[in-house]
Amino acid sequence: MAAMTREETEALIQEVLEVYPEKAKADRAKHLAINDQSLEKSNKCITSNRKSLPGVMTIRGCAYAGSKGVVWGPIKDMIHISHGPVGCGQYSRAGRRNYYVGTTGVNTFGTMNFTSDFTEKDIVFGGDKKLAKCIDEIELLFPLNKGISIQSECPIGLIGDDIEAVSKVKNKEHNKTIVPVRCEGFRGVSQSLGHHIANDAIRDWVLENRDGDESFPTTPYDVAVIGDYNIGGDAWASRTLLEEMGLRVVAQWSGDGTIAEIEKTPKVKLNLIHCYRSMNYIARHMEEKYNIPWIEYNFFGPTKIAESLRRIAAHFDDTIKEGAERVIKRYEAEYEAVIAKYKPRLEGKRVMLYIGGLRPRHVIGAYEDLGMEVVGTGYEFGHNDDYDRTIKEMGNATLLYDDVTGYEFEEFVKRVQPDLVGSGIKEKYIFQKMGVPFRQMHSWDYSGPYHGYDGFAIFARDMDMTINNPCWKSFKAPWKTEATESEPVKAVA
Amino acid sequence: MARLRQCAIYGKGGIGKSTTTQNLVAGLAELGKKVMIVGCDPKADSTRLILHAKAQNSIMQMAADAGSVEDLELEDVLKVGYRDIKCVESGGPEPGVGCAGRGVITAINFLEEEGAYTEDLDFVFYDVLGDVVCGGFAMPIRENKAQEIYIVCSGEMMAMYAANNIAKGIVKYANSGGVRLAGLICNSRQTAREDELIMQLAEKMGTHMIHFVPRDNVVQRAEIRRMTVIEYEPQAKQAQEYRDLANKIINNTNLVIPTPITMDELEDLLMEFGVMEEVDESVVGITAAAEATA
Repeated sequence: MAAMTREETEALIQEVLEVYPEKAKADRAKHLAINDQSLEKSNKCITSNRKSLPGVMTIRGCAYAGSKGVVWGPIKDMIHISHGPVGCGQYSRAGRRNYYVGTTGVNTFGTMNFTSDFTEKDIVFGGDKKLAKCIDEIELLFPLNKGISIQSECPIGLIGDDIEAVSKVKNKEHNKTIVPVRCEGFRGVSQSLGHHIANDAIRDWVLENRDGDESFPTTPYDVAVIGDYNIGGDAWASRTLLEEMGLRVVAQWSGDGTIAEIEKTPKVKLNLIHCYRSMNYIARHMEEKYNIPWIEYNFFGPTKIAESLRRIAAHFDDTIKEGAERVIKRYEAEYEAVIAKYKPRLEGKRVMLYIGGLRPRHVIGAYEDLGMEVVGTGYEFGHNDDYDRTIKEMGNATLLYDDVTGYEFEEFVKRVQPDLVGSGIKEKYIFQKMGVPFRQMHSWDYSGPYHGYDGFAIFARDMDMTINNPCWKSFKAPWKTEATESEPVKAVA
Repeated sequence: MARLRQCAIYGKGGIGKSTTTQNLVAGLAELGKKVMIVGCDPKADSTRLILHAKAQNSIMQMAADAGSVEDLELEDVLKVGYRDIKCVESGGPEPGVGCAGRGVITAINFLEEEGAYTEDLDFVFYDVLGDVVCGGFAMPIRENKAQEIYIVCSGEMMAMYAANNIAKGIVKYANSGGVRLAGLICNSRQTAREDELIMQLAEKMGTHMIHFVPRDNVVQRAEIRRMTVIEYEPQAKQAQEYRDLANKIINNTNLVIPTPITMDELEDLLMEFGVMEEVDESVVGITAAAEATA
């Protein structure tokens, strides 16, 4: 199917909106847009970060998911208590595939679920005493933990438990960082507020811990990687490149990260932001308070990686600038080989994405390196500054959809007929049953890493094996087709 | 057996809901009625005059001790006192923690599931915390619970103000369920023309003053002995007052959807009776210091 014109895209949006009642139609119309590269500001064309409509199938999460699941959860040497009933923590346990090094249950705790397991009596009588007991038990059973965070589930905010007071008392008693986080699920319109609350909790309860302590020897090349959650090893594949160009990565926020790294971050020279949406708040705070500049970078696909390495290097002296060129050169043969191998098989394939707060724009370059085109994209919980950054990445007249509903997404895919859809686990089986190749782009479909040059090779392979999988040819029942296609499967060398 | 009548007693905090409820229930029991009292207040002091106890073990406290409410049996929490009056307390947290409203919901659900509402009962009385601050304290007047609401009040301004507010709450539930206002019980504070005032208020709200309970020190003397007046001194004049109230409730058919009045109407009424002076608009928002210099 050829690229759609602006008029065709407009007509498609109108057609999809048609089924809604008047009020819902007016609201949803503001969240659907046709990309126009000439615009500088996205608020001219799209509305975001608003409450989802009742009755639609939204794909969003909650503030607890944003704090516990995204920001705090990967800090591996802390124990994160899901404070409230058992389900929130148990049904999300280890779901994001934040890889880490350590001995789980001894000095790292990433894939475990700690919960205060609220029952009726804790609601009625309050849970502060139980929380205090939880913390004592954790100290007894897991003495190598380096700190505890308390991730509030909905009831904590409803019954008004004073988790701050418990944290302060237990902090004195155990001499460990204990952080109360007010990320009750009902707050805000999506997980986005949870990210913000989590950032603020780090700012208020952790970041200042080593202010005035100069014992940590610094170098002029110290950086922190902010907003890389090491999904399938992403942060490792990124970190090697930064180190090879001569930088010293002092901290990883928060994939495979530790509380000590976070405490040391105010000592770095530059903060590197990958996931802008979830951690720009803390970067801005460090800029204001510690005068640390920050830049965004993108480690998906060789084009963006080279751009990013050079942009990062521009903040340092010639040794680092040379280092960046050296790294790009060193991997050139490798990534050229990946492109040579997969581009012929993927050239011209069209992709529709619907992901969280970063990837809807950041992975576009990687697809383009493989000769593919992203024809529709949207954020679950992006804000307008995310769409501002998206307009230039997307082609003219492509589709933008914010907080897309299940219905809209299905209809768009039916009409646009992309060769690949990249979204989450809830969408996966719907599109696969429609016969559309699908990649789960939150956890990389149990694969990864996708960051860095190493990740790009895996990314390319995964896209190829999904799109060119022979199963898609067997989708029609044999008795419904004239003759089954007998084209031989192209073997990949 | 006659149909079970479920009644809830509301009113401003400290107005005498628990005392009035227990005395009138004692009166009902004397007349041979089978009654259960369900205390819906974390203070758990709705049954002490019937049980001669300091405070009954509450459902929520025992549930917390046992682990969960599912671990409780009805006989653990249901106590029988004066003239076979059945008593339960929902209980709840200390002030300032947890969720007392949820406690009421949990407790009443427990009573229903455990079959506390037996066939032989004539009346159930819910004695509810002063203010309907959240959904939990409205639990007794939701569907299939109390159908008759009695509001205890006096001739004091805030008591009347609270009564009117409670009536507003009843309107909400009256439209979705069958709950009705059954009358105002005036628990006298010996203010001037108190009976007339409450009768007028009742009329404006579309209901009636079912009984005027005069003030009498025998109530306090009985309370010190953790007894109702009817049990402590059956011959007292006050005991007869509670018997009269009990009789009126047995025969009460005046059940209405109330017509709460506006703040202005209430103020007019209070001014008419001299409870409140006419507001001089020129002094509103002027501090004492400013007045002195003026």
